Amino acid sequence: MSAPASTLTIPGAVRDALKVGLITLGLSIPILAVRTDQNLSNQIVLLPRWGLVASAVGIAIAVRLAYLLLAAVRQARGGALIGSLGVRLPAQAGTMFARAAVVFLFLYPVIALSLAGTGGAVKWIDNFGIQILIFIMLGWGLNIVVGLAGLLDLGYVAFYAVGAYTTALLGKTFGLSFWLCLPLAGILAAFWGIILGFPVLRLRGDYLAIVTLAFGEIIRLVLINWVPVTNGYAGITGIPRPSFFGVPFNASDQGFSAVFGLPFSPLYRTVFLFYLILLLALLTNWVTLRLRRLPVGRAWEALREDEIACRALGINTTSTKLTAFAIGAGFGGFAGSFFAARQGFISPESFTFMESAVILAIVVLGGMGSQVGVAIAAVLMIGGTEILRELDWMKEIFGSGFDPTQYRMLLFGLAMVLIMVWRPRGLVSTREPSIFLSERRAVSGAHVREGHG
Amino acid sequence: MSAPLLSVENVSAFYGSIQALKGVSIEVADKEIVTLIGANGAGKSTLMMTIFGQPRAREGRIVYEGRDITQLPTHEIARLRIAQSPEGRRIFPRMTVRENLQMGAEIDGGQHFEADLAKVCELFPILAKRIDQRGGTLSGGEQQMLAIGRALMSRPRLLLLDEPSLGLAPLVVRQIFEVIAELNRQGMTVFLVEQNAFHALKLAHRGYVMVSGSVTMSGTGRELLARPEVRAAYLEGGR
Ligand SMILES: Nc1ncnc2c1ncn2[C@@H]1O[C@H](COP(=O)(O)OP(=O)(O)O)[C@@H](O)[C@H]1O
Ligand SMILES: [Mg+2]
Repeated sequence: MSAPASTLTIPGAVRDALKVGLITLGLSIPILAVRTDQNLSNQIVLLPRWGLVASAVGIAIAVRLAYLLLAAVRQARGGALIGSLGVRLPAQAGTMFARAAVVFLFLYPVIALSLAGTGGAVKWIDNFGIQILIFIMLGWGLNIVVGLAGLLDLGYVAFYAVGAYTTALLGKTFGLSFWLCLPLAGILAAFWGIILGFPVLRLRGDYLAIVTLAFGEIIRLVLINWVPVTNGYAGITGIPRPSFFGVPFNASDQGFSAVFGLPFSPLYRTVFLFYLILLLALLTNWVTLRLRRLPVGRAWEALREDEIACRALGINTTSTKLTAFAIGAGFGGFAGSFFAARQGFISPESFTFMESAVILAIVVLGGMGSQVGVAIAAVLMIGGTEILRELDWMKEIFGSGFDPTQYRMLLFGLAMVLIMVWRPRGLVSTREPSIFLSERRAVSGAHVREGHG
Repeated sequence: MSAPLLSVENVSAFYGSIQALKGVSIEVADKEIVTLIGANGAGKSTLMMTIFGQPRAREGRIVYEGRDITQLPTHEIARLRIAQSPEGRRIFPRMTVRENLQMGAEIDGGQHFEADLAKVCELFPILAKRIDQRGGTLSGGEQQMLAIGRALMSRPRLLLLDEPSLGLAPLVVRQIFEVIAELNRQGMTVFLVEQNAFHALKLAHRGYVMVSGSVTMSGTGRELLARPEVRAAYLEGGR
């Protein structure tokens, strides 16, 4: 679509929108208007879908009108409407927002319970709360590697897998409890982070991305093919679930409900898991913020900016990179361990490249290094895709065969394109300095070129 | 003359199969300003980086404070109190001025950070004004000052500067050269790589001229300034 003409009148806008509608109609007729199907005697029958065509045309017209309207408003303001749409948080507002968000998260199960009732709350706490928090944690973990140290890692899911399989195998084979498996999973994943780190020490940018991508695939293929240990595609079932400090969540007499004299409900475990992942995610955040203020954290950021300058300043870039890989991987391992214990079942299917891509997208969209940005991006991306499951009313418009979840990847891509057009440095592009002279001041990234300024 | 602080002995260095340094020998005595001048691509920056082990000298040796540092890893060389302001400044653009300076102080664990910060700000008052500003938003001259300041934060004994005047206005160049002279008066040894031969030779006690990876002339700054070859090649706009 071309940019609208400089003077915009209402009839002009309507004409423009109608033109777009006409084009959409033309495109829709061969693509959408009829569906081929088979009848009982195996003949092709054509099912007209004019309702769908009408919806498509209607949406195109509406979007075009909205676009023209936005452009007109922007012109009236003399420039950057789109810039002002973005999140440009002053430092204090950022901290306050983060505090409010944490308080909200702690209250979230209560809110969900009171709004959705016991039956509906499980879905909201599990599908939305826990799922999003897992990805926030993964995003924060990867943020150490990609956002802070600037090492483009496309195989992060490998460490998630290592953590999950560690917990599954140790729990099933040796009967270790989740609370023992959790730290072991983190340590083992960190160890694998170092193993990956060594061969890629001299690589940067695209080359590093390719090798880490391959590493992620290798781990997945090992999981698929090492059947005696991992049970291949079939995965591992019956992973021990986490207990409440030794009290299991089940219907038995020693179970959580019985011990606390409550009626049995699966809700308690869900709420417990929610708080567990919330604490794990907050731990990740706390450690990251701490490390940023320490020499190693500063060295990560300096490494991202200029490796040669770092070396000339006496920084051991080898150990700096390896610690970034190890710590990032360790948090991936924690998240994986939690994932295994929450699901009770894992298979290689949960650890495909797609997951790596989603986690990386969260980091990039969030603004490469911004903790708040990563969290917002995770809520948008994961929450957005979960919301799609709730959009049954769209069947009324698009016909009963319409399944919004199938459009997940399409919307994902669209969201990425839009955010990158509007906010090329991510949702929160301000980088908080790790040290201040007098007052806190956010340092905007908008006007600074990447690389050597 | 006593043993020099730094001596580069017959050093050859390569980028792949391309030889960038062909048996270069240079000495820098304690508390001296020594300059290395030469045309673009002569190998000046390569020599400075080879002292830091990048690229590593394939032949010859580099001795600092009587110790052979030829094979030492780069970050350990920096820990011997040799600091450099590299070509193109290479400050950290997304980090603030203060954080940039902090990176320079990392070597001695930042114990003297506040005191050294005050000293650097005294040398370059403009940095105090920009202290919480991003490195990338500074002007070229300010970035150069930041690069030198960052190098000073490690309390170096030997300061290597690669073309600090590159692309800067004459007034700023003069300011920077005055600071170099002041540092030297306070006892700092300086090795200055420059294309701005006139200023560099006037400032330096001694100088070397490099052509295609070899040192072709050396002498006191004054001597070199008087040499007709130097005048023709580097001072009167000729090649
Ligand atoms: N990273 C590199 N890889 C390959 N060749 C290089 C590299 N850096 C410099 N060179 C070559 O080495 C020679 C010396 O370069 P340099 O030391 O930068 O010269 P100067 O600093 O005197 O301008 C030049 O011919 C240049 O092309
Ligand atoms: Mg050079």
